[in-house]
Amino acid sequence: MKLSDLTGKAGEWLRGSGPMSETVISSRIRLARNVKGYTFLTTASRKHRRELEGRIRETILDADLAPKTLYVDLDQATELDRELLVERHLISRHHAAAEGARGVAVGSEEDLSIMVNEEDHLRLQVLKSGLQLDEAWEQINDVDDALEEQLEFSFHPRFGYLTACPTNVGTGIRVSVMLHLPALKLLGEIEKVFRAAKDMKLAVRGLYGEGTEATGDFYQVSNQTTLGKDEQELISDFKHTTIPKIIDYEHQARRTLRSERATALDDIVFRALGVLRSARLMSSEEALKLLSHLRLGIHLGRVKDIEIQAVNELVLMTQPAHLQKLMDKKLEGDDRKAARAEFIRYKLKAV
Amino acid sequence: MPEGAPDNPACEHCSKPKTVHVTEIKAGQKIEKHLCKDCPFVNEGVGAGAGGKSHQPINELLSNFVLAHSGAGASTAQKKCEVCGMTWAKFKQGGLLGCENDYSLFEEQLTPLLKRAHEGSTHHTGKVPTRRRGDGAVRKRPNMNRLRRELTRAVEAEDYEAAARLRDQIAETEGN
Ligand SMILES: [Zn+2]
Ligand SMILES: [Zn+2]
Repeated sequence: MKLSDLTGKAGEWLRGSGPMSETVISSRIRLARNVKGYTFLTTASRKHRRELEGRIRETILDADLAPKTLYVDLDQATELDRELLVERHLISRHHAAAEGARGVAVGSEEDLSIMVNEEDHLRLQVLKSGLQLDEAWEQINDVDDALEEQLEFSFHPRFGYLTACPTNVGTGIRVSVMLHLPALKLLGEIEKVFRAAKDMKLAVRGLYGEGTEATGDFYQVSNQTTLGKDEQELISDFKHTTIPKIIDYEHQARRTLRSERATALDDIVFRALGVLRSARLMSSEEALKLLSHLRLGIHLGRVKDIEIQAVNELVLMTQPAHLQKLMDKKLEGDDRKAARAEFIRYKLKAV
Repeated sequence: MPEGAPDNPACEHCSKPKTVHVTEIKAGQKIEKHLCKDCPFVNEGVGAGAGGKSHQPINELLSNFVLAHSGAGASTAQKKCEVCGMTWAKFKQGGLLGCENDYSLFEEQLTPLLKRAHEGSTHHTGKVPTRRRGDGAVRKRPNMNRLRRELTRAVEAEDYEAAARLRDQIAETEGN
């Protein structure tokens, strides 16, 4: 598999299927691991960093963890390719911007990615569409076991898996669920979710993680505690308590919109569709926001000739790096906005 | 988003052309809103909560808590990791540890920080590396926290059979 094979299609997690997919975009589990015998990257020399990268890369490729695994040497990759991987949630923004020997292994289904030499030596990640946390845990646990046969990970009897940052120590796990909550946003009740999440020691971030604005009503909810709560318990809390509660709020809000604000709802849905089908210049923020309203309209049965999956794909394909890859040229300013608008018009008219 | 601020001519809530600018003071910050007249949707604080740094970064924890509480006495100041050269002062600056040895070396100083960051917990419960299981090096740690929580739940639900079983399990684990 080549990196360019990724551009034209959406990853597994954007299939728009999977349980609760009208509200849950994707489920992600990440594990942080460090290899015993090497210092953390904070203090590793260039030589050790390179040596470690080579050793981990070989181990991953030998372990045959996913079909047709692609390994990208990020130190050699272009900025645009790194940006593309960020947009697909395969590497972090931090990993893209860092320097020195580092890479990422990606399975052809894109549900598995392994970042090498990020903040920790290894960051394993499984990403699934819809609410599939148990499935994600099973897969990542197996990958972790398989790697561990070849690499001994730093582990402390009291502190568990050791990580460069003490906020990740213990299980090293981060469970994140990406939610689409347009109705709560429209009714001005989204704060309720933020408050509830905060009470449960959860973090809420935007579409592209730490420090990004939650745009297009897409929100990522993740745990912050990694010590004293085991993996299964954490996942079970997400699956049985946290996420159903938020989904329930959102569904109630959607029902309210449909029953009490039907005309106003139709107005924003069809206004969004109208702009998406006619605009000539479109920023990525505006696109996300309008696509969010369109997605809501599809779920509530107001728009019938467009599939949720088409909207999911547009969310990804209209991101700057994807757009430039699709058009096969560097685009900036109005050229980029024009290309985005044209691509959206083409996609939404074709159906 | 990677692109600069959009020149978005629409209401922040419903995409109608915007005609009103509202400036709101929230938590000491001035927030500008661009809304349509008679927006049919309730308007809440723009981006409050989600856009901000809700993940309390380690540096913040360090400056708010550890610096205030740990005296960082002379003995701490003199400690230096012989593997990677990390000192407590360097850690406070960067927020990242240098090698696995640092967790043992600075165990005492890290404990209050970990407590703060992990809802009071200072012990790992959860997965243990396969190669550590059953070889006598490290015993698989049973999850006491979970057992205790399950016990509380069982008692609340008046499921005394389950409660008795859990109590036995806890006693057995503690006896080990
Ligand atoms: Zn409005
Ligand atoms: Zn050290």
